Amino acid sequence: MKNKITNILMVGVGGQGTVLSSNILSLAAMFDGHDVKKNEIHGMSQRGGSVFSHIRFGEKVYSPVIPEGEADVLFSLEEIETLRWLQFLKPAGSIICLDEKILPSNQTSYPEGTLEFLKKNYKKLYILEPQILKKELNNVKVLNVALLGALSKLIEISDNSWIKAIRELVPAGTEELNIKAFEAGKQLLSY
Amino acid sequence: MCKEKLLLSGNEAVARGAWEAGVKAGTGYPGTPSTEILENLHKYAGVECEWSVNEKVALEVGLGASYAGARTLVTMKHVGVNVAADPLFTAVYTGVNGGLVIVTADDPDMHSSQNEQDNRNYARSAKLPMLEPSDSQEVKEYAIKAFEISEEFDTPVFLRMVTRIAHSMTVVEPGERHEHAVSGFTRNLRKYVMVPGFARERHKVVEKRLIDIEKNAGRLGMYRIENLPEDHAKTGIVTAGICYTYVKEVFPEMPVFKLGMVHPLPGRELLEFCAEFDEVIVVEELDPFIEDYLKARGVKTRGKDVLPIIGEYTPSMLRNAFGGAKQVNNVPALPFALPSRPPGLCAGCPHRTIYEILSKMGATVSGDIGCYALGALPPFHAMDTCVDMGASITVAQGMEIAVGREKTAKTVAVIGDSTFAHSGITGLINASYNKRHTLTIVLDNGTTAMTGMQPNPLSGETINGVPTWALDYRKLAEAVGLKDENIKIVDAYKKTEVEDALNELIERNELSLLVIKGPCMINQRKKKKTATA
Repeated sequence: MKNKITNILMVGVGGQGTVLSSNILSLAAMFDGHDVKKNEIHGMSQRGGSVFSHIRFGEKVYSPVIPEGEADVLFSLEEIETLRWLQFLKPAGSIICLDEKILPSNQTSYPEGTLEFLKKNYKKLYILEPQILKKELNNVKVLNVALLGALSKLIEISDNSWIKAIRELVPAGTEELNIKAFEAGKQLLSY
Repeated sequence: MCKEKLLLSGNEAVARGAWEAGVKAGTGYPGTPSTEILENLHKYAGVECEWSVNEKVALEVGLGASYAGARTLVTMKHVGVNVAADPLFTAVYTGVNGGLVIVTADDPDMHSSQNEQDNRNYARSAKLPMLEPSDSQEVKEYAIKAFEISEEFDTPVFLRMVTRIAHSMTVVEPGERHEHAVSGFTRNLRKYVMVPGFARERHKVVEKRLIDIEKNAGRLGMYRIENLPEDHAKTGIVTAGICYTYVKEVFPEMPVFKLGMVHPLPGRELLEFCAEFDEVIVVEELDPFIEDYLKARGVKTRGKDVLPIIGEYTPSMLRNAFGGAKQVNNVPALPFALPSRPPGLCAGCPHRTIYEILSKMGATVSGDIGCYALGALPPFHAMDTCVDMGASITVAQGMEIAVGREKTAKTVAVIGDSTFAHSGITGLINASYNKRHTLTIVLDNGTTAMTGMQPNPLSGETINGVPTWALDYRKLAEAVGLKDENIKIVDAYKKTEVEDALNELIERNELSLLVIKGPCMINQRKKKKTATA
């Protein structure tokens, strides 16, 4: 029997909080009984750099690093960063891209045409408007968890495990707010 | 009772394994990718941990704890072992009492390091066993095993981590703690006093010990053979650590000799395995450590002929080198060249002030290791050398010898607070003793910021957050021999004050110390968060 592994590549810019999102996803996958490996690099990249996290789950996972061309979902919190990691996406893979532009420190203007390029070349593309979420949730800090709600529509992890992982990892006192954000995020991929 | 599984990083798993093994003492100096080990270990009950002043000190303190019978863990990054090399080589001669495990966290690809040295070479030259795990579960098992090997064979043991193992999270089955009684120290001059007469005898013990360990590799569970074919076959693979996971990912059906111990190598079994194949592929990052061993024994190997000696490997790299099922997604031509996101000093960082001034002044800056090395990058371009911990102060002295006091009037040394305590003070003593005239600038942000905010001898707090004595710059500099008027302590956020002090000290061109104090912004925010939580 083929050992089916689900690969999610989460990317963004230092400070956007990809680490919490990737921790919640990894823990939820473990609660569902999967073997899980997650990889990211800490260190100098924290200071405003490009950030990534590989999450892999299935019956038995060996490499913590996703081979190029094998990511089921590229989950991106920033437009340029989406483009940076496209070689990891598998041919029929999905992209979740937050419509967020963060200017690199060595640039004076943000490059044009990111979303147009993605729309032209990728069919399974979900561009999420941060404004809608921010308005609906009235709290920017839970944006990551809302995006996980959107991701939950594309991969098979039980709701119970998602909720259990969120409760375990978000700061004490913000559990209900985060679960609300997760539920709101789910709705984003239904239209 | 079966405990619930945990999702742990490699570093958390080292701490967990050490704790389960009954470890009583933990020492180390922060350094990516090793820092989180002690940050986790000190939270367990029954373990006394410390951030030591530097890695040499950490190993010596650890050695004392071991001599007195405590199971002891010492942690550092790869370059930290250079600092600890002095006690290391002789600790192998004395051996241990309580198990002594030294973590070396190597950083292939230099994600956060100044070089890419392969510390397996240290295991060979210092003659101690080295274990190398391939995921967090194995990290935990090998940490426990390392303590057992240490005590059974009376030797310190290396546990080699790499960044991808240290910072990857994988599923771990936790176990209970097994308490290990502390025996106390027993006098044994021939074992613990390494004067030549005794050391000559101990060297014989060291050589015999390595042979014993090699012979016992199988019993110790320090290798494993997978998919061994019944008949002679074309290709087999030898690998260890993170590379094992890439091999299994890309070539799941191939015969593999998976090493758990990379020094000493289990020679007999390894060569028996290799004899089954026409050629053997060795998959190892950095130096051809295993491959050279096999080549020297006549095995036809492949490895560094196609795989790089520099940087990390990836599953895709193995695929490209040796074939295998390809699944490549051709990315259409991007609409623009992707801009990089180089790291830079944070907005509001206290170090910005001095770099603005030094940049404008056109000073020659002898730099050091830490966040502030980012001062070398745009927009400041205000650092000219950066080598190792403490080298800022000493390199500046060498420049003075070469070109003279007058021409180095605008040459300054820039060093952080933790680095100053680690290896800067001896350099300052050297300058005073040898009548040099360097201006040393200490950028004191109250924490070891680069590695994630660890307290240090200048921040007045221990690893457990307990208040302690903070080194007094002025008294220290006076004791070293600096004149009172050549010691200045200023506020990083008062630019004029900083500028005036700097100009005055440069003008005087005598041995001087300028301490610029300003708290790390990230640390301030973190502290505020904890206070309100």
